[in-house]
Amino acid sequence: MDLDFTPVWEGWRELGHGALVTIEVTSASLLLGCAIGLLIGIARLEPKRRLIYGAASAYVTCIRGTPLLVQLFLLFFGLPQFNILLPAFFCGVLGLGLYSGAYVSEIVRGAIQSIDRGQMEAARSLGMSYVQAMRIIIIPQAVVRMIPPLGNEFIALIKNSALVSLLTITDLMHEGQKIISVSYRSLEVYLAVAAIYLLLTSTTNFILRRIETRLRAGGLVQ
Amino acid sequence: MTSPQQPIVLARDVVKRFGDHTVLDRVSFAVDPSQVVVIIGPSGSGKSTLLRCCNALEVPEAGSITICDTVLVKDGVVIPDRALNALRMQVGMVFQSFNLFPHLSVLDNITVGPRTLRKVPRAEAEAAARALLEKVGLAEKADAYPGTLSGGQKQRVAIARALAMKPRVMLFDEPTSALDPELVGEVLQVMKTLAREGMTMLIVTHEMGFAREVADVVMVMDGGRIIEQGPPEQIFGAPSNPRTRSFLDAVISRT
Ligand SMILES: Nc1ncnc2c1ncn2[C@@H]1O[C@H](COP(=O)(O)OP(=O)(O)O)[C@@H](O)[C@H]1O
Ligand SMILES: [Mg+2]
Repeated sequence: MDLDFTPVWEGWRELGHGALVTIEVTSASLLLGCAIGLLIGIARLEPKRRLIYGAASAYVTCIRGTPLLVQLFLLFFGLPQFNILLPAFFCGVLGLGLYSGAYVSEIVRGAIQSIDRGQMEAARSLGMSYVQAMRIIIIPQAVVRMIPPLGNEFIALIKNSALVSLLTITDLMHEGQKIISVSYRSLEVYLAVAAIYLLLTSTTNFILRRIETRLRAGGLVQ
Repeated sequence: MTSPQQPIVLARDVVKRFGDHTVLDRVSFAVDPSQVVVIIGPSGSGKSTLLRCCNALEVPEAGSITICDTVLVKDGVVIPDRALNALRMQVGMVFQSFNLFPHLSVLDNITVGPRTLRKVPRAEAEAAARALLEKVGLAEKADAYPGTLSGGQKQRVAIARALAMKPRVMLFDEPTSALDPELVGEVLQVMKTLAREGMTMLIVTHEMGFAREVADVVMVMDGGRIIEQGPPEQIFGAPSNPRTRSFLDAVISRT
């Protein structure tokens, strides 16, 4: 069998553009996921606040218990039935953001709960409210501990973002498929697409390890 | 205003349970202005819990605690959050494990309270913090981070942090128990200075020499009750309760 990578070389602009879209979608989704994850994670700190805790837990259960593809299709193909037509890019980011929010919330909750109880007690003893103690004392310390797992979440999200190609978003996967549809060189193009994903994830991983080393050297992460 | 004879801390029949374990059993006491009250007693007798009730870190199920004429908690109900936070500003707390904020410099550890809670301008708060650091002998550590300090230094910063709020009373929960023996003295020295300056203090400690020296009143706890209280000469010299005697014997033979 002979491999012909000509379509890949000829399509490098499209693939490059697709990779950029993938980075955009992933970054925007993680930002949204962080915002959602922070709220949901904090809501799940205190089981005694039954309503907030219950609602947040239900969210996490639903998101983690259903396929991401189904969630994306619900937003993109389901909502138009109510005449809610969201632009594809927006839909993709919303879907991935809602999805990663559930996972980020566990990161947030874990990081906050890993902060020694004495920190909250010391802050409250000074006279800080719960919200002040969280904002000034607890969360700044927790955020540092969130960085390594958030990096891993970013890597997972890069890979999961390939699904948004099914929402007509012209990400890396989508661009690859377009090239295949005219060249019929599936193996070569998918190999190239895989290589680019690998480049994106390993670069992220590399940056992440550097940050972790720094944090560890500063004694901020165990 | 509190008149001089009004106690700073007044606890009446305080009851605290964890599950069905009664940790504080109708405890009553008062701390008068400028008084130093030292609580001693065996481990598990409820000393920490009693101290933590005095700033509502633990909520007693029954009885009442009044700080400077303001009710903190009564019959299991703590005052509303806003009033609670205001009252906690009047009560300095020093923990056995320091609980400094590791992400803030020493200076910021001390100024974060006054700046965020009392709205003191940064320059003013920092000047006051440096004066406090001077007082606890750590002027040169203002820009250091807690992680770089020894235990004794951490505890002195923690004391400065509490003092920065200008509290009416300071609570100390075994402030030297987590320290290497050679670092105990420097912390006790700071506390002695505070006592001399007239700070009202409620101190849990196992440092009997210190208690004898600075306490106006020593309270002995056992099994969730204050079994004996009086001036240190009486408690250490001629304890009336046999359990006080056996506790003191055990402590003294340990050291
Ligand atoms: N949060 C808690 N939950 C359950 N039991 C507790 C808690 N805190 C303290 N206790 C129990 O209360 C008793 C008194 O504890 P504590 O006040 O810490 O004593 P001390 O400071 O005199 O050693 C102990 O038996 C301890 O196990
Ligand atoms: Mg204790």
